[in-house]
Amino acid sequence: MDGDGALARDFHIAFDGVQLTLGRRSVFRGLSCGFVRRQISVVLGGSGAGKSTLLRLIGGLQRPDAGSVRVGGREVNRLSERDLFGVREKIGMLFQGGALLDSMTIFDNVALPLREHTQRSEAEIAAEVNRRLASVGLPDVGDLYPRHLSGGMNRRAALARSVVMDPEIVLCDEPFSGLDPVNVRRIEALLVDLSRRAGLTLVVTSHHLASSLRMADRLVFLVDGGAVSGAPQDLLRSEDRRIVDFLAAETDAAFDPARLADENARPALGGRS
Amino acid sequence: MNPVERLGLNTTSLVLHLGRLGVFVAGVLRASASPPVRLRRFVAEVFDVGVLSLPIICLSGATVGAVLGFQSYVALSRFGAEGSVGAVVGISLIREFGPVLTALLVTGRAGSAMAAEIASMVQTGQIDGLRMMSIDPVHFVVMPKAWGMLFTMPLLSALFIVFAIAGGYAIVVALLGLDAGTYLTSLEDAVEFDEDVMQSLTKALVFGSLVAAIATYRGYTSEPTSAGVSAATTGTVVAASVAVLLMDYVLTTLWGV
Repeated sequence: MDGDGALARDFHIAFDGVQLTLGRRSVFRGLSCGFVRRQISVVLGGSGAGKSTLLRLIGGLQRPDAGSVRVGGREVNRLSERDLFGVREKIGMLFQGGALLDSMTIFDNVALPLREHTQRSEAEIAAEVNRRLASVGLPDVGDLYPRHLSGGMNRRAALARSVVMDPEIVLCDEPFSGLDPVNVRRIEALLVDLSRRAGLTLVVTSHHLASSLRMADRLVFLVDGGAVSGAPQDLLRSEDRRIVDFLAAETDAAFDPARLADENARPALGGRS
Repeated sequence: MNPVERLGLNTTSLVLHLGRLGVFVAGVLRASASPPVRLRRFVAEVFDVGVLSLPIICLSGATVGAVLGFQSYVALSRFGAEGSVGAVVGISLIREFGPVLTALLVTGRAGSAMAAEIASMVQTGQIDGLRMMSIDPVHFVVMPKAWGMLFTMPLLSALFIVFAIAGGYAIVVALLGLDAGTYLTSLEDAVEFDEDVMQSLTKALVFGSLVAAIATYRGYTSEPTSAGVSAATTGTVVAASVAVLLMDYVLTTLWGV
C-alpha cells in the first residue's frame, strides 16, 4: 500500500521483522516499516499499540527479541551501550513528560549536552542556550526549575534541549498529550519549523489525529503488532478495515464530548501508550 | 508454591541480585576511572549526606553516649570499678557503636533518600533522558552519590563518637560526680590507635561502601512506577541495615583473629 520498496533506500530509520514481548504482552509481531530522511512521520495507534516502545527501540533504550532496527545504516539492536552513545549523539528525544532533570534549572538542563560533549566556553554555551530557549518561546525561564513551569512550557524546554546538539533525528513521544489547543498548535508549529529549517528526520507519536494530519509527510499506523504506512492522503482513502476503524473512532471522538473528556483526563492519570 | 519451592526461588533470587550488584559495582568503579571528575556533584552529595545528617548524628551520638555512660557507671560501681567507665564507653563507642549506629542512621536518612531520588529519576524518564543525551547515568548520577556516601561515613562516625564521649562525660562527670580526670585518663589509656581507631575507621569505610552500593543499586534497578520507588526505598533500609550488622560481625571476628 505504501510503496516502501521505492523509499527503502532513503529510510533513515528502518525496522525489519521486529518482534517484542513485554511481560506477557506481545507488542510487535514482525514489525517492518521505515522513516524517510528529512520527513515528518507521525506514528498513530491506540493505547498499548507500542508507539512509545517504537521510539525506545530507535534510541536503543529497548532491545527487540528478534529482528533488526537500523538507524543511519547501523543496527542499533546489536550495539553495546557504549557504542550506542555514538548513534544517540545524532538523535534528540522529547520524552512524554519532558524528562528534564528536576535538580537542575531549565538553563542547566538545556546546557547539559553542550557542557558534556563540547569544548565550548561558558559564554558560548550561555548564548546558545538563550537562543534555543528564545526559539521555543521561553526567553525568561532559564533560572527556574522544571517544577516551576507548566506542562506545555516543560515540553517546550525539553524540545530546546533535544535539539541543542543539532541532531539529525528527533523523536517526539506524544508531544501534544495533556496540552490545551493553543499549546498543541504552538508545539506543532515549532516541530514543523525545526524539521523544515534543519532538515530533520522527525518521528512523532500521537493519538491527536488533527495535528497529525496537518504536519505529517507520512503516517505510520501501528496495528496488530505490525505497521501500515503511507502518505496521509493515501491512508485516508485506505479500505484497510483496521485503519478505517481507527479513523472512524478518532473522528467520532472529535465530536463526542464524553470521549474528549476522557482524552483530557488521560495524561493526568499518567497513561502511556 | 510449596515452602521448599519458595525457599529455592528466594535463594536463586538472592544469588541473582548479588551477581547483578557485583556487576553494578564494577560498573561504578569503571566509571570512576574515566573522566570527567564530577567534583561539583560529589561536593553536593557530601553536603546532602553529611551536612544534612549532622543534627541527627550529633543528637543520637550524645544520647547514646549518655545512656552508655550511665549504664556502665551503674554496673561498674557494683564492683567498685567506676573509674573504668571512660574505658568502657570509649572502647565500645569507637569499636562498635560509633560505626554501626552511624551506618544505620545514615541508611535511614541518606541511604533511603538516595535510593528514592534515583528511583524517581528512573520513574520519570530522567535516567533514560540522560542515556539519550549520550551521558552515562552511572557516571553522572550514581558515581558522585556513591563516593559521597563512602567519603562521608567515616567523618560522621567520628563525629558520632566525639558527641557520644561528650554525652557520657556530661552524665558521668557532671551528673553522677565521677572525677573528670579519671574519666578521661581511663578512656585515653584504654583506647589504642592501631587496634581501636583503625578498626573503627575500617568499619565505617566498609559500611559506607555497603550502604552506597545497596542504595544506588536499588534505586537504579527499580521498576519505573510509584510502587518501584517505594520498594527501592524500603528495600534499601532493610538490606543495608542487615548487611551492616552482618558485616560488623564478620569484621569484629576477623579483627580479633
